[in-house]
Amino acid sequence: MIRLENLTAGYGGTPVIRGISLDFRPGEVLALLGPNGCGKSTLLKAALGLLPAMDGQVLYDGRDIRQMKRKEIARQAAFLTQSRNTPSIQALRMVLHGRFPYLSYPRQYRKEDYAIARAAMDATGARAYEHANVSQLSGGQRQGVYLAMTLAQDTPTVFMDEPTTYLDIRHQLAIMETARELARAGKAVVLVLHDLPLALREADRAAVLADGQLLAWDTPEAVYAAGVLDQVFGVTVHRTDTPHGPQYYCTPRED
Amino acid sequence: MSSWRIYSTRRGKAAFWTALCLLTVCAGAVSLLAGSVELSPRAVLDALTGADTASTAARIVRYTRLPRTCAAMLAGAALAVSGAVIQTVLNNPLASPGIIGVNSGAGLAVALLCAMAPAAQQYAPLAAFAGALAGVGLIMILARATGAARITVVLAGVAISNLFSAGIDAVVTLAPEALNGVTDFRIGGFTGVTMAKIAPAAGMILVSLLLVCSLAKQMEVLALGGDIAESLGLAVRPVRFALLALAAALAGAAVSFSGLLSFVGLIVPHILRRLVGEESLPLLIGSALGGALFVTVCDLIARVLFAPFELPVGIVLAFAGAPFFLWLLFHQRGGRT
Repeated sequence: MIRLENLTAGYGGTPVIRGISLDFRPGEVLALLGPNGCGKSTLLKAALGLLPAMDGQVLYDGRDIRQMKRKEIARQAAFLTQSRNTPSIQALRMVLHGRFPYLSYPRQYRKEDYAIARAAMDATGARAYEHANVSQLSGGQRQGVYLAMTLAQDTPTVFMDEPTTYLDIRHQLAIMETARELARAGKAVVLVLHDLPLALREADRAAVLADGQLLAWDTPEAVYAAGVLDQVFGVTVHRTDTPHGPQYYCTPRED
Repeated sequence: MSSWRIYSTRRGKAAFWTALCLLTVCAGAVSLLAGSVELSPRAVLDALTGADTASTAARIVRYTRLPRTCAAMLAGAALAVSGAVIQTVLNNPLASPGIIGVNSGAGLAVALLCAMAPAAQQYAPLAAFAGALAGVGLIMILARATGAARITVVLAGVAISNLFSAGIDAVVTLAPEALNGVTDFRIGGFTGVTMAKIAPAAGMILVSLLLVCSLAKQMEVLALGGDIAESLGLAVRPVRFALLALAAALAGAAVSFSGLLSFVGLIVPHILRRLVGEESLPLLIGSALGGALFVTVCDLIARVLFAPFELPVGIVLAFAGAPFFLWLLFHQRGGRT
């Protein structure tokens, strides 16, 4: 399990997140919520060791991340980034790179790597275009390929930075379904999401960040009940029971 | 892109590689056969195999045409692969050793060496490597300092390139006899190359090509983007540095005997990217072959167009390269976003 202890991190000596303590628990989907610029992406990068901690520490199963090699980290945590290059290569080839942390000399992908990559593409529905060039796929298809690459990494913890942004509703729900399946399989899944209703409905737990600080970390029900989201986003969040379980929606704040 | 579709079938792939290899070999053969003195294929073959070492024909082949053909192929392969690596590492399709000051850095180092220590010319490849590395290093520092906006890096490179060029001009003006050994240095050309002169550079180029190819998988993962590469367990900084150092070695070695050849490092990787995509190993090997082919053909044109007068190949490269590059730019469909 990955644990953040009193973590402070940022860029060029200026902290963006301050004093954050948080566990990423196996078997849970955690939604990371907060307005733009509150430090969600910074938090993910620090948790992955892409950004050094300025204070506090990041622990992987009790081990300080600073004592771990890049490859060891890559076998523990995968990262679906928000911004990326789209190289002109075959989709299957790209997903295979999810196996890069497991490569040893002479750096050739083996049969089982191909099997794992194909299984990952099955799980995200990307198998149908495994031979297509990634740069020619639609946004939704491309996200399926990137997600498959993340799954092929086969790590106990999976971080996704805004995985549903720019996707149509069917692809959004498919991503959430994959996240749920990963959690059922015992993985810790951490999602940065901007869609509050989707996040509150689908996540097991929500963490609310504002201005670099952690304001709440609890079940969606409890976070909703505490009114933190109303305060942070400046809207009114409503909850209503439906035949499909509790649903949330937002309205502008009435002053 | 239709070109990718041709390449994405197995038969298309095989046909593509066969054609590229054949064309390169043919260009090399024609380059040995053609010139201001007409020689029969038989005479050329005898000269190459050593069956005939005494005749005029043999001397033309062994001391003029063979070094020249080797020089064209080596320089073309080195500059094109250097360009492919630089474009990938800087994540910028506009970068190339010619544009960002790697070539002119190498050129300045060679010019300085020739002016200050004319006796030490066999160290030209090493000096060129040092100069090219300085060019790459400056770009890396500027990229980091400016936050690595892609266009800023290229513009900074253009400025650095001009600075080094001014340095070369200064050397040429102050010590006009210094670069006599390197004819057509500013334009780039192969007049007067000898096997002895290209041998050290050839060694450097071949070793660097092998090393770059051995880093192909790392380069491909790097091309996915810095954060993704790092989260996949790639040591991004050392790999970036190693690749750029190799790109500098390749460009530097080529510049040491051919001068400042333009456009090869820019357009050849561009074309190959369209044809084979960005899987690194095919891109690198294709660039090497394509670069060798392109420069050899241009050198042939330079030799036969106004025979018995010949143009420096750099002029032909620019005349062929610039319009072709513009055509590429305006026909960009699909591909990178």
